[in-house]
Amino acid sequence: MLWNEVISLIRKDIRLELRQRWALNGILLYVFSTVFVTYLAFSGRIDAGPWNALFWIIMLFASVNAASKSFVQENNARQLMYYFLVSPQAVILSKILYNLLLMMVLGLMCYGVFVLFMGSWVVNQALFVVALLLGSSGFAGILTMVAAIAGRSGNNFALMAVLSFPLVLPLLLTLMKVSAAALTPVAFWSHAGNLLVLVLLNALVVVLGWVLFPYLWRD
Amino acid sequence: MKENLWKWIGGMLIIYSIIAGLLIEVPDLPVIHESIRNLFYHVCMWFAMIVIMGISFVNSLSFLRTFDLRYDTMAAEAARTGLLFGFLGIFTGMIWAKFTWGDFWVKDPQLNGAAVTILIYVAYLVLRSSMDEEQKRARISAVYAVFAFVLLIVFIGVLPRMSEGSIHPGKDGSPGLGVNGLDSTMRLVFYPAIAGWIVTGVLIWKIRVRLSRLKERVAELQD
Repeated sequence: MLWNEVISLIRKDIRLELRQRWALNGILLYVFSTVFVTYLAFSGRIDAGPWNALFWIIMLFASVNAASKSFVQENNARQLMYYFLVSPQAVILSKILYNLLLMMVLGLMCYGVFVLFMGSWVVNQALFVVALLLGSSGFAGILTMVAAIAGRSGNNFALMAVLSFPLVLPLLLTLMKVSAAALTPVAFWSHAGNLLVLVLLNALVVVLGWVLFPYLWRD
Repeated sequence: MKENLWKWIGGMLIIYSIIAGLLIEVPDLPVIHESIRNLFYHVCMWFAMIVIMGISFVNSLSFLRTFDLRYDTMAAEAARTGLLFGFLGIFTGMIWAKFTWGDFWVKDPQLNGAAVTILIYVAYLVLRSSMDEEQKRARISAVYAVFAFVLLIVFIGVLPRMSEGSIHPGKDGSPGLGVNGLDSTMRLVFYPAIAGWIVTGVLIWKIRVRLSRLKERVAELQD
C-alpha cells in the first residue's frame, strides 16, 4: 500500500522533471559554471588537498541548490490534494528517494565535469565513488527534510542554506576524510569504519524524516 | 522559597568554584601550566550548554506531542539561554587556546562541534523569526529542533571519538569528564563548578520563560 503510493509519487516527480527539464538543466549548468569558475580562478591543475576541498564545496552548494526546489513545485492546493490521497510517510519517502536519484546523478556529473577541468587525483576509484554515492544519498536525506522545513516556513531560498549547512557538516567532514584517503593509495576496506558511519547517518536521517515529516504536513 | 534555595545553591557553588579555582594547588603539567585553572570555567560552560539544549530538545518533543504553546516558549528560551553559554564557552576556550596552542582557533573536532552547535541554534532562531503565525512557527521550529539536535548529538558525541590526531584533551571516554590528568583536588572544585553552572543556567532559563510569558500577557492586554 505504502510502496504503491511511494512509487507512483516518484514516477510523478520523474515525469514532471522530464517534461519541464529546466530543473535538471539548471543543475547541470550550475555545476558546469561553478567548476569553470574554479578552473579559471586556479588556472588549471591544483594539489590533492585543495582538489578534495573544492570538489566537496561545489557538491555541497550544487546539492543545496538542487534540493531547495523539492517542495516548491507543489502549490498549496496540490499539497491539500496529497493530504487526502496519500500518507505523509509516502510523501517524504518518495521525495527522499527521488532526491537520492537526483543527487547521485548530480554527484557523478559533478565528478565528471570536475575531473575534466581540474584533472584527477583519485587513486582508489572504487572508494571515491562509493563515498560519493553514500554522500549523495546523505545529502538527499538531510536536504529533503530541510527543504520541507524551509518550504513550510515560506522563505525557501533565504533559509535553505542557513538551515542546512550546520546539519550537513557531520556528513561532509566524514566524506572529506574518506575521499581524501581515496586520493592516496589505500586499500578499500581501510576506511570501513567511516563508510559505516555514512551508512548509519543515512539510515538515521531517513528515520528522522519518517517520524518528523507528518508534523510539518499538518496545517 | 524553593526558587530562592536553588538560587543560593547555584550562586554559592559558582562563587566557591571561582575562589577555590584560583587558590588551590594544581598539578604543574607541561604546556598548560597554571592555565589549567580555566578548566573550572571553560568546560563547565559546555556542560551547562548541553544540559540546556537537552531541555530545549525535550520541550520541543513535548510540543509535538501536545501542541501546547507553553512548551514552545520553553524550548525557544532554552535555546537562547544555551546559546549564551555556547558563546561564553567559545570565548573562554579561545583565550585558553591562544595561550596553550598559540592560536585562537585550531583544527579540532571538538571546536568544530562547538561552532556547529552555535550555528544550528542561531539558524533555529532565524527560522523562528521568519514566521509570524504562532502555531505554525512552533510546529516547524520544533521539527527543526528535534532533527538538528539528534544530528548534533551524532556530531559531537560520536564523530570526535572516531577521529585521530585531536590535540584537544578529553577525547578518550566522555569528553570533559576524563579521568586522566585530573587529580583529586581539582575534582573538588571541578564537579561543584559544573553543578553550579548547570543550576544557574536552568535558573536563567526559568526567568527568561517567565519574562517571555509576561511580555505575551502585556501584548495581549494592550490589544
